[in-house]
Amino acid sequence: MREIEAIYRTERGRVLASLIRLLGDFELAEEAVHEAFLAASQQWPKTGIPANARAWLVSAGRFKAIDRVRKGARFRRITPELSRLTDSEDNVQPETEDIADDTLRLIFTCCHPALGADAQIAMTLREVCGLTTEEVASAFLAKPAAVAQRIVRAKQKIRDEAIPYEVPPPSQWPARLDSVLHTLYLIFNEGYAASHGEALIRRELCDEAIRLARLLQQLHPTPDGEGLLALLLLHQSRAATRAGPHGEIVLLEAQDRRQWDRALIAEGTALAEHAFAQPPVGAYTIEALIAATHAAAADASATDWRRIVSLYDLLVIADASPVIALNRAVAIAMRDGPEAGLALITPLAEGSLKAYRFSHAARADLLRRLGRNDEARDAYRSALALTQQKAERAFLEKRLGDLKD
Amino acid sequence: MRYICLVHMQAGVFDGLTPEARAEVDRRSLAYDRQLQTDGHYVHADALEGGDSAVLVQVREGRVFTTDGPYMESKEQLGGFILIEARDMNEALRLAAGIPMAEFGTIEVRPIYKFPDPDA
Repeated sequence: MREIEAIYRTERGRVLASLIRLLGDFELAEEAVHEAFLAASQQWPKTGIPANARAWLVSAGRFKAIDRVRKGARFRRITPELSRLTDSEDNVQPETEDIADDTLRLIFTCCHPALGADAQIAMTLREVCGLTTEEVASAFLAKPAAVAQRIVRAKQKIRDEAIPYEVPPPSQWPARLDSVLHTLYLIFNEGYAASHGEALIRRELCDEAIRLARLLQQLHPTPDGEGLLALLLLHQSRAATRAGPHGEIVLLEAQDRRQWDRALIAEGTALAEHAFAQPPVGAYTIEALIAATHAAAADASATDWRRIVSLYDLLVIADASPVIALNRAVAIAMRDGPEAGLALITPLAEGSLKAYRFSHAARADLLRRLGRNDEARDAYRSALALTQQKAERAFLEKRLGDLKD
Repeated sequence: MRYICLVHMQAGVFDGLTPEARAEVDRRSLAYDRQLQTDGHYVHADALEGGDSAVLVQVREGRVFTTDGPYMESKEQLGGFILIEARDMNEALRLAAGIPMAEFGTIEVRPIYKFPDPDA
């Protein structure tokens, strides 16, 4: 049943998050999600899909888990939460409002400072975004066996140190907010430019990241959270035009701007400006203003590159990462010509961003525009060697093929 | 994806157990196989006779050579295997941790290698 597959894609993360809260145990919850979907695939073709599929799945998963703990079918350390759960036969059904916050709870738990940054990201991509261990490993160019153990250890730590499964009180936010925002950014990114697989865009992950960023702003408004939400909305406003009819990549300069979502642009721009007025200004806010500047141009040639370069000048102060330096170099190439950009990009592509596909792709593009085709071809090949995503590969291969001798 | 859970254990690991305790391990192992079956994870599982029942076979230049087993002279022996279907390595590890024999020996979890499609 195709509908069940679609529901699996969109709901698995949220059903899992709710079950972790209700069962107080990651492993048991994962088992329960599996069983709930198994039950759905057996029952729904006969009974039809229930009106609230998510609540059905959470409830089915919960009963299956309780049943399993009662039977004691497998060795398991019974936590106090579990024994409470099985003691109260008919305890209350999950509250809808609770479910709405469960994914956020899960993210806050995954972002607990006791877990290392690598573990936080690996956990989030697997538990919240539903990537498999193997996909996470391939996104980080790591071995699945290593990533799998990182995830097992992180879960063990959550259990051993009894890290609570909750959105913590505001006093504890400063220590975790950066990781949480970063995580939302990664979830969106994974949806916006999937590192893996057939489709370039996984819409459900983008929607989820925006939903959570909004929720976070409602619970605890901060300028950085506002900047992030603005950034996600502005990126999302272009979602419909980023891929062609066959899933191929359409670059910013070639996108049909009449199809950009004006309502999202207006909301994102207003939020970005509001966040910018509350110093200190964070990186997300500046990135959002850059996106807003692109969105304000009626066509590509009307882009205010002077303003964009000034914003990048600010951004490198807020976030001195080489990826930001690369993007700044591309903006400078647009303002001052390809030669100026190339002088900045080449040391990056040969240095700290040697293993980053976009540094070679950007360099290739500038070389192409300068008519230095041999060097451009080499750079496209370097980019291709680092690219696994299907649509990106197709794009690079086309560019490579278009280059005449 | 498919993963194989290879059950390694020391020879004589059950020596100290009473017949009842031994029967209980078997009962739990079979129950776990059934559980995997119900959950759609089960492909195949079997326990193996002891390593001293093995015969090793090699063919060299067309000639068959046989010797007494086991293949590896170590304290740890392959005692059985469970072939499972799991969505990823972490799910496979979770399922492997549920195998009752994990409490007595070591489960080695390995992804099944996919031969490249010769037509692709």
